[in-house]
Amino acid sequence: MSHPLLEAKDLRIAFYGVTAVDGITFQINEGEFVAIIGPNGSGKTTFLNLCSGYLKPDSGEVCLDGISITAMAPRSIAHRGIARAFQIPQLFLDQTVLDNLLIAMAAKQGIWSWFESLGAGRRREEAMELLALVGLQDQAGQFADALPEGKRKLLDIVLALALKPRLILLDEPTSGVSSIERFALMETLMKALRQAKVTALFVEHDMEVVQRYSDRVAVWDAGRVLVQGPPSEVFKNAEVLHKVVGV
Amino acid sequence: MLGLIIPLLVDSLTSAALIFFVAVGLTLVFSVLRVLNVAHGSFYSIGAYVAASLCLWVISAGLSPWLTFVALLASAVILAALLGPLVQSTLIQWTLGKSEAVQILATFGLFLILEDLQRIVFGVSSIAEDTPMTLLGVTSIGSVTYLNYQILLIIAAIIVVFGLRMMLVKTRIGKLLSAVVFDREMALSVGINTKRLFTFAFTLGVFLAALGGALAVPTSGAAPGLGAETIVLAFAVAAIGGLGQIEGAALAAVIVGLARVVAIYFAPQLEAVAPYIVMLVVLLIRPYGLFGNDQARRI
Amino acid sequence: MRPIISVLSALVLVVLAVVPFAAPWLQFVLTLAMANGMVALGVAILLRAGLISIGHAMFFAIGAYCIAFLSRLGINEFLVLLVLGTMGSAIAGLIVGAFVVRYRAIFFAMLNLAISMVVYSLIAKMYSVTGGTDGMALQTPTFLWIPLEKPGFDHVLYYFSVALMIVLGYLVQRYWKSPLGYALSAIEGNELRLEYLGVSARSVLLAAYVVSAALSGFGGVIAGSAIGHVLPDFGYWITSAQFVLIAVLGGIGGAAGPFIGSFFLELLHSASVNLTDAWNLITGVALIVVIVFLPSGLYGLIRKRRRSAS
Repeated sequence: MSHPLLEAKDLRIAFYGVTAVDGITFQINEGEFVAIIGPNGSGKTTFLNLCSGYLKPDSGEVCLDGISITAMAPRSIAHRGIARAFQIPQLFLDQTVLDNLLIAMAAKQGIWSWFESLGAGRRREEAMELLALVGLQDQAGQFADALPEGKRKLLDIVLALALKPRLILLDEPTSGVSSIERFALMETLMKALRQAKVTALFVEHDMEVVQRYSDRVAVWDAGRVLVQGPPSEVFKNAEVLHKVVGV
Repeated sequence: MLGLIIPLLVDSLTSAALIFFVAVGLTLVFSVLRVLNVAHGSFYSIGAYVAASLCLWVISAGLSPWLTFVALLASAVILAALLGPLVQSTLIQWTLGKSEAVQILATFGLFLILEDLQRIVFGVSSIAEDTPMTLLGVTSIGSVTYLNYQILLIIAAIIVVFGLRMMLVKTRIGKLLSAVVFDREMALSVGINTKRLFTFAFTLGVFLAALGGALAVPTSGAAPGLGAETIVLAFAVAAIGGLGQIEGAALAAVIVGLARVVAIYFAPQLEAVAPYIVMLVVLLIRPYGLFGNDQARRI
Repeated sequence: MRPIISVLSALVLVVLAVVPFAAPWLQFVLTLAMANGMVALGVAILLRAGLISIGHAMFFAIGAYCIAFLSRLGINEFLVLLVLGTMGSAIAGLIVGAFVVRYRAIFFAMLNLAISMVVYSLIAKMYSVTGGTDGMALQTPTFLWIPLEKPGFDHVLYYFSVALMIVLGYLVQRYWKSPLGYALSAIEGNELRLEYLGVSARSVLLAAYVVSAALSGFGGVIAGSAIGHVLPDFGYWITSAQFVLIAVLGGIGGAAGPFIGSFFLELLHSASVNLTDAWNLITGVALIVVIVFLPSGLYGLIRKRRRSAS
């Protein structure tokens, strides 16, 4: 692999005079599970927003496979293989769980068909399989607005997976999920991602989840990367422990 | 040359003044209540009809013709006091928090109702009543003549611009309004009585629209179909200035007034469409108007 | 549930089929109702995305005026007029749509209204070209190149409209159940999510807008042909209001809804024309009553019945 899958070069963005991301240079390699941790307001979600096209940096570049995606619209970036799951789940609340997923799959396969029905072909079965993967198959017929928070998060992630992305950006995937279900979710998710060969970048606050499920951890602070490396190393770092974990 | 510019300017600013009254009411209501009242133009036309009728009554009752000025102002006040709280507490309040489609349809429905009510109450003919205008007479500078009434309109509009800004900045209720405009959720959670504020803002909007209609009577009278023409024009001006922007509405009104008058002088068939051409051009360059902004979603 | 709908539909079709013989005075009214229904169907398409166009009469008028011009140029075959008139509306829809699909909610509604008022003014003012407020007369078209007298043509037009209504209704229903149709609903549901799935909301909307303009064109051609005369009022905001009301009234019934609403309204209009002049008042009140008293408000009315696609 000559270049990393995703590369941020000297990214900088400020809002109302406050620098949110301060010259970040960061790489993610294909197949890695990278976790970003750090105190609130350190720019983690902003970084995800920069990588998915929601924000444009004041300076710097974001490259996917060596090609600059900095100026692209979110939908072009989605086409190129980056899928986004959100901190507040972004669902089609007035559709059923199954229809939510069918729409996402249709978006991937080509939304411009008007003569066939939404669940045509094998799509319905594939959707049920995907739902079963994360344990949502029983809720298939429920409307998304009837789902509890944890399940909404799951659905949000599944919608992103429907794009069969190369890189998935997860924003606090376990927030809103009870601590008991947390590991089950991550276990299933990571297994599914590895199987589909999807690279993952996730912002997370649960340190145990980070320790168990990431290959590399990057510690964010005030818009800069403080330290990064395998979890075992990073969590021995005193400064990290103090700033992030609060020890 | 001067003989062309002065009338052009005076006519433009007069036209701007009249359209400003109704546009600023529309934009103010939008900024506070987040509802674009499709029926707003109807308040203008009802204002015109009521003012014209009241003036005619003053004349026929043998009262001093100077009282027609009072009549103009009074009709706007009466209408605002009657219709403002009524419409706001019934229809508008009900639509708040509902989907935008509902808000649009509700105010559109109101518009349809008011249009027919006007026709039923005031008939299908136009009313002309120009006493205030003739009372003030004309002024001549060299070969150029203009109506003093036009100057009155322009001054009134300027007073409104500054008055509104002063109110928003200096008075207690104005500051509360600004708070609601700036961050509605926060204002609600802090315990501000939004319902009363909304009623105030809406009534003020009705007053401004009715005032515009009343003040327009001496120069253009009251005619059927005025409500529909006015709402589209008011929207165009509010959109050009940026929805919710008072000074934007003032600037936009001047631009549109100028465009219309230039059209009247040089290409009369384009007079009706001139404002919309301006709107389309401005929106193509700045999609939310000169001073407007989009409300981005936080994720 | 399903068999009942089929039986009802069959009954309705039978009734429609015999109207020209059993109740000939209704033929004209029903032809117009079907034309209006087509426009309202166009409005309903945009309602799926949560967008209300209160200016769609402009495409209705453009379709009608296109065939008036063509008729003046000597083109007189109905099917040709239909295709060309509808294309005229569709092209206008493409031009206007390219601009308005950048906007949502009230901006979208008002821009449509503003543009339609401009179109109306232009039509009403350009006397030398459009006949101004006098409008333009149409020769009775031929059908399949067979010359017909007006009464005969009116019969043919009526049955053709019934057939067209069924075809268009079916096509739109398929559209709504397709991925593109769901994308349209998704724009109202969560446009952000849709963009992040790689779909351009603007493109989806533009396609819908052009289709809705074309449907309005169909309506304009049929209405113009039925009346034999076209007037600027075809493009007036009051006409747009009627289309919106019909679309809202018929919201629950899928693609058949606008036609049901249109039949109902047109018959009501005919019945009350001697009683009252205040048609706008009634429309306004009806609109408000409908959106206030429907259980889930407009949301449940226009949008999906709570029933999944699959």
